[in-house]
Amino acid sequence: MTTIYRKSTGLQDTELHYCPGCSHGTVHKLVAEVLEEMGAVDTAIGICPVGCAVLAGNYFNCDVIEAAHGRAPAVATAVKRLHPTQPVFTYQGDGDLASIGAAEIVHAAMRGEKFTTIFINNAIYGMTGGQMAPTTLLGQRATTAPLGRTVEQAGSPIRMAEMLSTLDGLVYAERVCVTDIPHLNKAKKAIRKAFQKQMAGEGFTFIEVLAACPTNWGMDIVEANQWLLENMAAYYPLGVIKDKEAE
Amino acid sequence: MKREIWKGSEAIAEAAIRAGCRGFFGYPITPQNEIPEYMSLKMPESGGVFVQAESELAAINMVYGAAASGMRAMTSSSSPGISLKQEGISYMVGAELPGVIVNVMRGGPGLGSIQPGQSDYFQATRGGGNGDYHMVVLAPANLQEAVDVMFEAFDIADQYRNPVLVLADGLIGQMMEPIVWKEHTPRVLPDKTWAADGRRGEREHNNFITSLLLAADACEARNIRLKAKFDEMEQNECRWEEIGTEDADLILVSYGTPSRIAQSAAEQLRAQGLKVGLLRPITVWPFPTARIRELAAGKCRGFLAVEMSQGQMVDDVRLAVGEKKPVGFYGRCGGVVPTVSEVRLAAEKFYQEVQ
Repeated sequence: MTTIYRKSTGLQDTELHYCPGCSHGTVHKLVAEVLEEMGAVDTAIGICPVGCAVLAGNYFNCDVIEAAHGRAPAVATAVKRLHPTQPVFTYQGDGDLASIGAAEIVHAAMRGEKFTTIFINNAIYGMTGGQMAPTTLLGQRATTAPLGRTVEQAGSPIRMAEMLSTLDGLVYAERVCVTDIPHLNKAKKAIRKAFQKQMAGEGFTFIEVLAACPTNWGMDIVEANQWLLENMAAYYPLGVIKDKEAE
Repeated sequence: MKREIWKGSEAIAEAAIRAGCRGFFGYPITPQNEIPEYMSLKMPESGGVFVQAESELAAINMVYGAAASGMRAMTSSSSPGISLKQEGISYMVGAELPGVIVNVMRGGPGLGSIQPGQSDYFQATRGGGNGDYHMVVLAPANLQEAVDVMFEAFDIADQYRNPVLVLADGLIGQMMEPIVWKEHTPRVLPDKTWAADGRRGEREHNNFITSLLLAADACEARNIRLKAKFDEMEQNECRWEEIGTEDADLILVSYGTPSRIAQSAAEQLRAQGLKVGLLRPITVWPFPTARIRELAAGKCRGFLAVEMSQGQMVDDVRLAVGEKKPVGFYGRCGGVVPTVSEVRLAAEKFYQEVQ
C-alpha cells in the first residue's frame, strides 16, 4: 500500500477545537509539516498566544509555552537567546500581536531576534466573540463596532508586515493566505523560508497569514474565503513584503 | 574569608550570577539601575544572557520564557516597575515557573519619589497580581544578607517551582558595605524534566507550559495543589532574627533598613534601663506569626512596628498578636528614612503607654 497522505508528526493525534472553516487548523498543519521536513519537531519550541490558539500546545508535537496576552515575542526572545541552536517560533493572532502586544513585536523585530513569528490576521477578536481588532477593515462590522469600523472612531487598520519591515532587524516578511491549494502551497513555502532564515541566523522573520473567521464574520466557509480574497487581500496585499537577501 | 566593599545593587547582581542565574532581563528605573548596568557587562562574560527589555512587562515575560525553557533567570526593578511586572508574576505562579524578582523599593504611590520606601509590602505579601497565590519574600537588612539571600532565592524558586521576591529598600541598593563571599551549599533540587526546552528524543510527549485551565474543577484542583506548596513554604521557609526579646517589655518589629535604625533605638533605650527588644522578619512572607504569637503570650507588654510606610506590616503583627497585647506603629514614608532619635522617642512613648 502506498501512503499518499498522512498527518504530520509535528502534530499530536488529537482533535482540534477550532470552528469549521477557521484557518488555524490549516496553518497549524503547515507549520507542523515544515518542522517535520526540517527535522525540527524534536528541538523546536513554540510560543502560543492568548486567543483562539491558546491551546496550541495540545496540538503541536514540539514543546510549547503559553504566553500572557501579547507577550509571546518577549517570551520567545529569552527562549531563543538561551537556546540559540533550536528553532523558536511565536504563533499569534491580531488582537494579541497588533494590539496588546504591539510593543513586544516591534522591539523583538528591532532587536532582530532570531525567531519566526506566524501572525494570524483574521481582522477580528475570535475567542472573545467578534470584537473589533486593530486589523478590522473599515466598514467591517464587529460586536464593538456594530455599525462597522469608521476612521473617526477607530482609525484605519494597521498593516503589521509593512510596519515591521521598516526595521532593519526584520530580514523576511511575507503575507500569505490559505484559502485554496495554490495559496496554501505558497504559504508553506514562505513558512519554510522563514524557519530556514531563522536557523541561518539572519534575523527576525515574519509570516502574516490572512485568515478566515466564518463564525465571527457571520459567513459560511466559501463566502468567508471569497470575502477574504476580495476585501482583506485588497487592503493587505499578498506576497513578499521584505526580503533583505533579495534586495 | 576576605571582606570586600561592594555597592548594594552590584553585590545583588554579582550574587545572582554566582548563584547560577543565566538570564537577566531588565528595564531602567531609579534606584536600582546599577543592577542592569552590572549585568549588561558581567552576565555575557559569565556565558549568560542580558537583554534590556522595552518595558517591565516585556522583562518579566522574558524571565517567564527563560524559566519555562529551564534556565535560572531574574529581573529587577523598583516600585512602579514592579507594579507592571505583576501580570508576569501571576502567570509564573500559575504556570509553576521559578524565577527571582528584586524590588528595590522607593516611595509611592504612583511615580512617588526615588528615595527608599517600604510601601510595597501589601503588594509583595498579598500577591500583587490576580489569583490566589503567594511567593516567598526575602527582605535583607544589610548587604551581607542581601548577597546571601540571592543564593537562597534561586534555590527556593527551583525547589517549589514558584517565583521568589527579594524585597530590598533603596538604601540597601545604594549603600556600600563590606561583604564576604561565603561558600553556598546548594539545596538538592529535582531535574527540570517539566521544562519546554525541546524534546530531543528524551520525552514521549511534548511539554506544554501554561497557566490556563479552562475547566473550573481542573483550575480549582491546580489551585489546591498550589496551596499545598504555599503551606510547605510557610512551614519551611520562614526566617527572622531576634535581639533582646527574651526579657523585653517592648518588642520592636521591623524589617530591612528600618530594622537597623530600630536596633540602634532599642540599644539606646536599653542603656536608659528600658527593656526593649527587636524582632526582625527576614522573610515577610511567610511572616513569623507563630513566633510573635508566642512572644505575645509571654511577659512582653506591647509591640511597636517600625516601617518606611503608613503602616502595612503592622497588620501582620496585629494578626499575630491579636487582642493579647497592644500593637503600635511608627513610620515615615514617601522616601523619608526615620532617624534613630525619632524611633527612640516613639518607642519610649509607647513603652510608657503599655506599662
